[in-house]
Amino acid sequence: MSNKTLLDSKALQRTINRITHEIIEKNHGSRNLSLIGIRTRGIYLAKRIQKNIKKIDKVELPLGILDITMYRDDISKLKTAEIKKTEIPFDVNNKIIILIDDVMHTGRTTRAAIDAIMDLGRPKKIQLAVLVDRGDRELPIHPDYAGLSYTANPEEEVLVKLKEVDGRDEVIIVGA
Amino acid sequence: MMKWNRKDLLGIQELSREEILFILDTAESFKEISRREIKKVPTLRGKTVITLFYEPSTRTRTSFEIAAKRLSADTINISANTSSYVKGETLKDTAKNLESMRPDAIVIRHSMPGAPHMLSKIVDASVINGGDGTHEHPTQALLDLYTIREKKGTIDGLKVVIIGDISHSRVARSNIFSLTKFNTEIVCSGPPTMIPPHLEDLGVRVEYDINRAIKDADVIMMLRIQKERGGISYIPSIKEYSTIYGLKKEHVEKAKKDVIIMHPGPMNRGIEITDEVADGPYSVILDQVENGVAVRMAILFLLIGGET
Repeated sequence: MSNKTLLDSKALQRTINRITHEIIEKNHGSRNLSLIGIRTRGIYLAKRIQKNIKKIDKVELPLGILDITMYRDDISKLKTAEIKKTEIPFDVNNKIIILIDDVMHTGRTTRAAIDAIMDLGRPKKIQLAVLVDRGDRELPIHPDYAGLSYTANPEEEVLVKLKEVDGRDEVIIVGA
Repeated sequence: MMKWNRKDLLGIQELSREEILFILDTAESFKEISRREIKKVPTLRGKTVITLFYEPSTRTRTSFEIAAKRLSADTINISANTSSYVKGETLKDTAKNLESMRPDAIVIRHSMPGAPHMLSKIVDASVINGGDGTHEHPTQALLDLYTIREKKGTIDGLKVVIIGDISHSRVARSNIFSLTKFNTEIVCSGPPTMIPPHLEDLGVRVEYDINRAIKDADVIMMLRIQKERGGISYIPSIKEYSTIYGLKKEHVEKAKKDVIIMHPGPMNRGIEITDEVADGPYSVILDQVENGVAVRMAILFLLIGGET
């Protein structure tokens, strides 16, 4: 068992900066964009992207928090599922939603998140931004923005650590 | 992370403070769904919830049904007067038959204390006590506690006054069981004939004078006279009861400035509470009803949402 660092603190922030620019580029600016972070680390990534866009475009994009537990497809197999609050303080109708998560793997979380957002209204578009795409999809879903792609072995765990919750910024592979 | 291991919700008495807080926290996440345009999430898709009510109910049954439906569970309602009960079927046989249809949860209300407990021993489905005689009404106590925490920001340190027919009230009993798990001062008031002996043993103070009871209260809970349990024979007259124990504006002024007035419903306006108080600025009676749906969603989710 050894740990491998995929991104250190500086590289991680550069990656978030690049994703920010790609979001603005693809959408020809930040008009009509809203950010939704998936609990837990997606929230902090969303906040950093929001801050970046404020620096670049001088606008503060609406930001929502999504807990996907109620929409999981394996909920009846869980021993105890802890449900936390979903807080989307804006109308999603006709918005371009940037959905933000830390690691993309099977695609099931994204499926649940899309269903959750659709229950709140009819957005114009939903785009997906992830910090790490570790591959091995079980559903036909792909990110629009990926910080980096790393094909992980099934035994490996890709861990995103963020200052706001973990005290430091890094992406590591455990059990390589 | 808190582990939820219970199959049934039979009473408040056996719950720990941590379990109660876990239910309230879970309910907080569900409250928002009822304010959406599309009031439905797929969480309990494919689950079946039966409400089996041997006593009349508007709020509790509707609340459970709405809670289950908003979680995408299927609900079936059975009430005593339209069921085989009137043909002489025993509760045990009814339960066994219902069990064969493989429900995931049965919500039962019955006039016999302990009926839900008996049911839970003979069926695999989760059993939820929707009120058993004069014993317990756990979901009411949980929604009351949720409302108190929502309005006051805390439960600890509060003075809660419960007024009325304590003897026959399962709501009072469940609330006493829940509030004594927190650092609260509980005062019960009502005519001596409606205060059971040794009530103090449950950890409450008895104060027959309603004015003294209410002084500096943070929360006032009013109860109705339980006519169906012979409540009226415990008092000289309804008129006298409402004169002495009916909650009026001048009482409310003796409580804390930010007191909240609660009532589990159904209200007998003009008897235990005046219109002025029931519809006044301190009343949170309709908040209780709204929160009831969120709390029942949380309970259904915790009992039948995960692997059992």
